[in-house]
Amino acid sequence: MIAHLIRSLLQGILVILAVGLIAFSMFRFVGDPVASLAGQESTDADRAELTERLGLNDPFPIQFVRFLAKAAQGDFGISYRQARPVADLLAERLPATVELAVLSALFAFIIGVGLGVYAAINRRGLVANAVMVLSLVGVSLPTFLIGIGLIYLFAVELRWLPSFGRGDVLRFGWWTTGLLTETGRKSLVLPVLTLGFFQLTLIMRLVRAEMLETMRTDYVRFARARGIPERRIQFRHALRNTMVPVVTIVGLQLGSVIAFAIVTETVFQWPGLGALFVNAVQFVDIPVMAAYLMFVAFVFATMNFLTDFVYVLIDPRLKA
Amino acid sequence: MSIASQPGNAEAPKGLLARAWDSDVGYSFRTSPVAIAAAVVTIVIILATTFAGFITPQNPFDAATLNLMDGFTPPGEAGAGSGMKFSLGADSQGRDMYSAILYGSRVSLLIGTASVIFSLLLGVTLGLVAGYIGGQIEALIMRIADIQLSFPAILVALLVFGIARGLIHPSLHEQMTFIVMTVAIGLSNWAQYARTVRASTLVEKRKEYVDAARVIGLRAFPVMIKHVLPNVAGPVLVIATINLALAVLEEATLSFLGVGMPPTQPSLGTLIRVGQQFLFSGEWWILLFPSAALVIIALSINLFGDWLRDALNPRLR
Repeated sequence: MIAHLIRSLLQGILVILAVGLIAFSMFRFVGDPVASLAGQESTDADRAELTERLGLNDPFPIQFVRFLAKAAQGDFGISYRQARPVADLLAERLPATVELAVLSALFAFIIGVGLGVYAAINRRGLVANAVMVLSLVGVSLPTFLIGIGLIYLFAVELRWLPSFGRGDVLRFGWWTTGLLTETGRKSLVLPVLTLGFFQLTLIMRLVRAEMLETMRTDYVRFARARGIPERRIQFRHALRNTMVPVVTIVGLQLGSVIAFAIVTETVFQWPGLGALFVNAVQFVDIPVMAAYLMFVAFVFATMNFLTDFVYVLIDPRLKA
Repeated sequence: MSIASQPGNAEAPKGLLARAWDSDVGYSFRTSPVAIAAAVVTIVIILATTFAGFITPQNPFDAATLNLMDGFTPPGEAGAGSGMKFSLGADSQGRDMYSAILYGSRVSLLIGTASVIFSLLLGVTLGLVAGYIGGQIEALIMRIADIQLSFPAILVALLVFGIARGLIHPSLHEQMTFIVMTVAIGLSNWAQYARTVRASTLVEKRKEYVDAARVIGLRAFPVMIKHVLPNVAGPVLVIATINLALAVLEEATLSFLGVGMPPTQPSLGTLIRVGQQFLFSGEWWILLFPSAALVIIALSINLFGDWLRDALNPRLR
C-alpha cells in the first residue's frame, strides 16, 4: 500500500516537472521577455543589462532550475499586461474559483449519485428513462450553451437571479467569500448549476452502470438468498462497491473542473482564475498563462494523490 | 471468349455498396431509425454548407450586400431597407441569419474535420511507432500522451492558441487563425488515438503475418504502414467520428471565449458570442438559431458515432 502511494506521489512530481518545463519554455521562447519589460525607449545597453539581470545569458538547465525554485516560492514574475506580480493576481482570484468548483462538485456528486442509484433500481421506470435521455442531451450540449440557457430563463425571463459577477463578498484576510451574503449566494446558483451539470450527468451514468453491474454479481445473489431485505442489499452491499470507481472518477474530475470553470467563468463574468487565463491567452500574457498552467498541474497532481489515498481507505482489499 | 460469359460463373460479383448493404453493419444500420436519421441530418448539413453560396439569399460577409436599414429584422419579416424577406431574421448589421448560419457551420465543420485529420495522423503515427518499435521511444511517447490526457482538451487548445499568438506576427493573426485553430484542437486530442493504436499494435505485431513480412526482408516502416495499420484502423474510425462532434464543440467553445475565429470569418461559436450581446434586449433570434444549429450538428454526429461504435463492437452483436 505504501509502495502504491509513493508511486502515485512520484508520478505527480513527474507531471509537475514536465508541465514546469513547458511553462518555462513559454517564458523563454515565446515573445521576448526583455522587450516586454524594457519598454520602447530603452537603449541597447539597458537591454543588455536587463538580460544579464534576468539571468537570460545562463545555460538553459540553470535557468530552468532557477525558474522551478522561484515557482515553488510562488514567484511567477510580473504580468506583461497588468504590470503586477502574477502571484498577487492569482491569490486575488483563487477564492472565487475554489468556491465555484467545490460547490459544483458537491452538487454534482450528491444529485448524481442519488439519481444514478434511482435510475439503476427502477431501471424500467418512466422517470428513470426520462432522466437517462436528459443526461444524453446534457452530454451533447456544450457548457456555455447551458449557461446561456440558464441566464435566459432565470435572469432575463424570471428575473430571480443575477446573470453576472459574484455579488457582495465578505473578506477574511486574503480570502473572500460570497456564501455569507444574500447577493453572493444568489450569484453562485447559476454558475454552480452550469459547471456541475456536465459532471452530474457523468456521475449519474457511471453510478447507474456500476450499480447494475454489481447487482448481477454472485454476492448480491447470495445476500438475496439469505433473505436480506432488498433495500439493505442495495444500499449496504451494492452501493459500497459501486462507490470505488465513482470516487476515482470524481477525484480525477475535480482537477478538470478547475479548467472547465474557464468557460463557466467567462459566461457569468465570474472574477476567477479561468477568466484571468482566457484574458491572458487573448493578450499573450505569458507569465499569467505559465502560472495558471503550473497551478492546474499542481491541483491535478494533488487530486490524483488524494484519490489514490481515498481509494485505499474505501477498498479494504488494497490495504493488504 | 471472355471469362465472365462462361457457364457456372453467371452470378456477377456484387458491387461494394451492395455488399456493404448486406453486411452485418449494413443490417444494423437499416434497422436503427436513430442511425438513419442521424446520418440523413449529417449529410444534409454537409451538403447545405458545401453549397451555401447557391442556396442562401446573400453572402453574409460581403459588406456590399448588407443593408444597415435591415438591422434587427425579426424572423419571417421583410427588411425595412432592402425589402428582402429574412426567414430567420437579421442581426444588428442587416445580415441574414440563415446565410450566416450556413457559412458559419461551414467554418465550424471545416475546422472540426481538419483538426480530426491532424490528430488522427499524429496519434496513429505515434501509436504505431510506440507499439511496433517499443523501448525508450515507446516510454517517452506514452508518457507524453499520459500527461496530455490528464489535461482537459479545452485547456490544451487554449494554451496552444496563446503560444501560437505569441510566435506569429500580429499582422498575420487573422489569416492564420484557421490553421492555428486546427493545430490547437488537433494537438489537444491526439493522445487517445495513440493509446488505442499502440494497444492494438502490440497485439498485432506478435501475429504470424508480421513475422512473415519481416522474414521477406521488409523494413519496419513498410510493415507498419502496409500490414499493421489496416488491422488496427477499425477502432480508430469510431473514435474519429465521435471526436468530430467533440472537435466542433471545442471549436465553438474557443470561439465563444473570444480566442477563436474572428467576427470577420465567424464560426458558429463566434455567432453565438455575438448573439449573446442581444440576450437582454429581446433580439432572441440572433442567439437562438446559431445555438440550435450547433446542437443539431453535434447531436447528429454524436448519435451516428454511438451507433457506429455499437455496430462495430463484436461483443454487442
